[in-house]
Amino acid sequence: MALSRQIFDTVIVGGGGSGLRAALQLAEAGHHVAVFSKVFPTRSHTVAAQGGIGASLGNMQEDHWLWHMYDTIKGSDYLGDQDAIEFMCRKAAEVVYELEHFGMPFDRNPDGTIYQRPFGGHSQNFGERPVQRACAAADRTGHAMLHTLYQRNVRAHCQFFVEWMALDLIRDYEGVVVGIVALEMETGQVVIFQAKSTILATGGAGRIYHSSTNAFINTGDGLGMAARAGVPLEDMEFWQFHPTGVAGAGVLITEGVRGEGGILLNSEGERFMERYAPTMKDLASRDVVSRGIDQEIKEGRGVGPEKDHVLLKLDHLGAEVINKRLPGIREIALKFANVDPIREPIPVVPTCHYQMGGIPTNYYGQVVAPRGALGTSEVIPGLYAIGECACVSVHGANRLGTNSLLDLLVFGKSAGDHLCEWLKTNPQHRDLPHDAADRSMERLSRLDGAQSGENITEVAQAMRRTVQHHAGVFRTGTLLREGVEKIREVAKRARNTAIKDKSRVFNTARIEALELENLVIVAEATLVAAEARTESRGAQAREDFKDRDDKNWLKHSLWYMEGSRLDYKPVNLQPLTVESFEPKVRVY
Amino acid sequence: MKFSIYRYNPEKDDKPYMQDYEVELQHGDRMLLDAILRIKAMDDSLGLRKSCREGVCGSDGMNINGRNGLACITPLKDLKEPVILRPLPGLPVIRDLIVDMSQFFKQYHSIKPYLVNDNPPPQKERLQSPEDREELNGLYECVLCACCSTSCPSFWWNPDKFVGPAALLQAYRFIADTRDDATSERLDNLEDPYRLFRCHTIMNCADVCPKGLNPTEAIGKIKEQMVKRMV
Repeated sequence: MALSRQIFDTVIVGGGGSGLRAALQLAEAGHHVAVFSKVFPTRSHTVAAQGGIGASLGNMQEDHWLWHMYDTIKGSDYLGDQDAIEFMCRKAAEVVYELEHFGMPFDRNPDGTIYQRPFGGHSQNFGERPVQRACAAADRTGHAMLHTLYQRNVRAHCQFFVEWMALDLIRDYEGVVVGIVALEMETGQVVIFQAKSTILATGGAGRIYHSSTNAFINTGDGLGMAARAGVPLEDMEFWQFHPTGVAGAGVLITEGVRGEGGILLNSEGERFMERYAPTMKDLASRDVVSRGIDQEIKEGRGVGPEKDHVLLKLDHLGAEVINKRLPGIREIALKFANVDPIREPIPVVPTCHYQMGGIPTNYYGQVVAPRGALGTSEVIPGLYAIGECACVSVHGANRLGTNSLLDLLVFGKSAGDHLCEWLKTNPQHRDLPHDAADRSMERLSRLDGAQSGENITEVAQAMRRTVQHHAGVFRTGTLLREGVEKIREVAKRARNTAIKDKSRVFNTARIEALELENLVIVAEATLVAAEARTESRGAQAREDFKDRDDKNWLKHSLWYMEGSRLDYKPVNLQPLTVESFEPKVRVY
Repeated sequence: MKFSIYRYNPEKDDKPYMQDYEVELQHGDRMLLDAILRIKAMDDSLGLRKSCREGVCGSDGMNINGRNGLACITPLKDLKEPVILRPLPGLPVIRDLIVDMSQFFKQYHSIKPYLVNDNPPPQKERLQSPEDREELNGLYECVLCACCSTSCPSFWWNPDKFVGPAALLQAYRFIADTRDDATSERLDNLEDPYRLFRCHTIMNCADVCPKGLNPTEAIGKIKEQMVKRMV
């Protein structure tokens, strides 16, 4: 049966912050662009970001993009690529002002400028003291930003395919990406979308962990699509554990709480972060704070009957500050922790939050991968990746808070701009290969045909428990080796799932089965890359290799799905215009 | 815990029916969505939307024991058994708890939900005083879950002509923004026997809003502005 086909200049997979920012750039330039989203765009997970967008506007005290750049490189534990980091930090003010012009309801200072709050790892003058750099809309910055970007796209008459799931990339015989195959959830129909260029903007895959701040939709679909099409995944061992997820529920409590003056306490009522980070204390970078909390719990100073969490105290900020700056946090604490933070501390625990790794790109968003025996990175024509699904790499081994929203804006715009130019010199669509939809149709027909097999919920649970247990805050070689074996078993089971519901109309069981295929790819990449990296850097903390090893490991890992093979590429220590920041011991 | 859930799959059902479920809750199950997911693990054919599970994405709006709300922030302990779950009222059902929201979003788009200001933007941010910014509180936080509009009798009768509380709240969000220059056009856009004036201040919208917002109040302020410009 021949599938129907539609043609666009550019298809964008994902309607979150980065996808919408790129779409806007293209739609306003008059290009024929389509955005695909599994959910109505304002339901994308950008909506859950709370604290702020990092930009050295200097509205509160002196600030400079170079300090932001230094903080980001140090935060990345020197694994971030310094060209991309300079690019991002220099562009930060511009993209934030633009967002304000689009209508973003930022909080304001008495002089009418954008309010900025302190955030973890952000400092004045190369680490001297905390700086107020996070541009905030109360504690709903992501919500305000996502809605503003969607609204601006409505104005630009951008075309959306809402509740469509992209299944696979289409690559032609020369390896050029020429579109996607996608499934409309409401009808179950499968359509080929032919495009001169494709942007993956599908967000992270935090749902590989049992305890995660991530939404159900964060299943790494773009990573699965890329991996199946032969594109490697970069630095997948690096997952950020946010220090403050609500204990038991996993819901995020923004670092902005500590930015506004909140502190962490152990069972003895001690402000323990003073011991781990004498200067930045509770506002050290997230990997440092999460390890501090886990260490306290390991040493028996956790709180609660199981001594399995710590407390986030903010009552001393007063009702007025809490209601004005942190209203959403109060709502979450009341609903999910049963405490009113105006009076009581919030029970919190490190929770999987963000994927530093992803599809390797340059700072134009073009996907790059080693080619040939020399292994030099080359652009994969027609394919871009932006946002959390991409690894550009500005976050390296640990992302600073507020840099994720910034990443979405800067690289969404950058990819859009680059494509506007690229489309000028690439006016023609390339032919589709005859097997364009074969992979997707095989995946669907296996699911439709399977009368018996593994239960989706059970396999997903096995995956989440495996990743949680074997690739948590602290890791060891033994744990990781066992984890690799277990996850390969899980991956086998995931290829043998069956769903009872065979209906075509809004079949959410089928969607979850397809999502699970993507998740297990990401889970395997994570464990394999983490096992191989015999050092501690940023979010990867190995108890058997406690130190950073720049001699052997100042490099990015690349995982290929075929053969579950690893390769490596050097970190780019050369910024665009300024002096390189050489790796140093990291103290906060 | 006992549930009775609206089921309808147009491919195999002639008409909708209610299906009973009984589910054993596990430690840590706090919200209605947790229980529904336990049911879905037993019966994968149950259709619903879900995403953030913390009340900010607006996906899982449904009618819970006769009242619209978000499943992910509705505590189980507050619910009378059997918990009766139906799709949001007044919109066409696609399947089970999933409704067709096209009409709802069409109304949202009809109020031009974006900032209009044709002056060239300054080098930096447009300035706005904290007091002027505060006017947007209670407006910009809307998650577009449609709980309000689908609890409004005026929207049920005229979903194609009455803008509905959610979109009117957003209309006022831009009228109230000192950076927006299109107040007069926005009021023109609503000056019609149906678009705005079908609101009869029944206040179901404010009563059910899971985010505690008050569309009726915003609608009142739009009406005030209309009166003001007539004088």
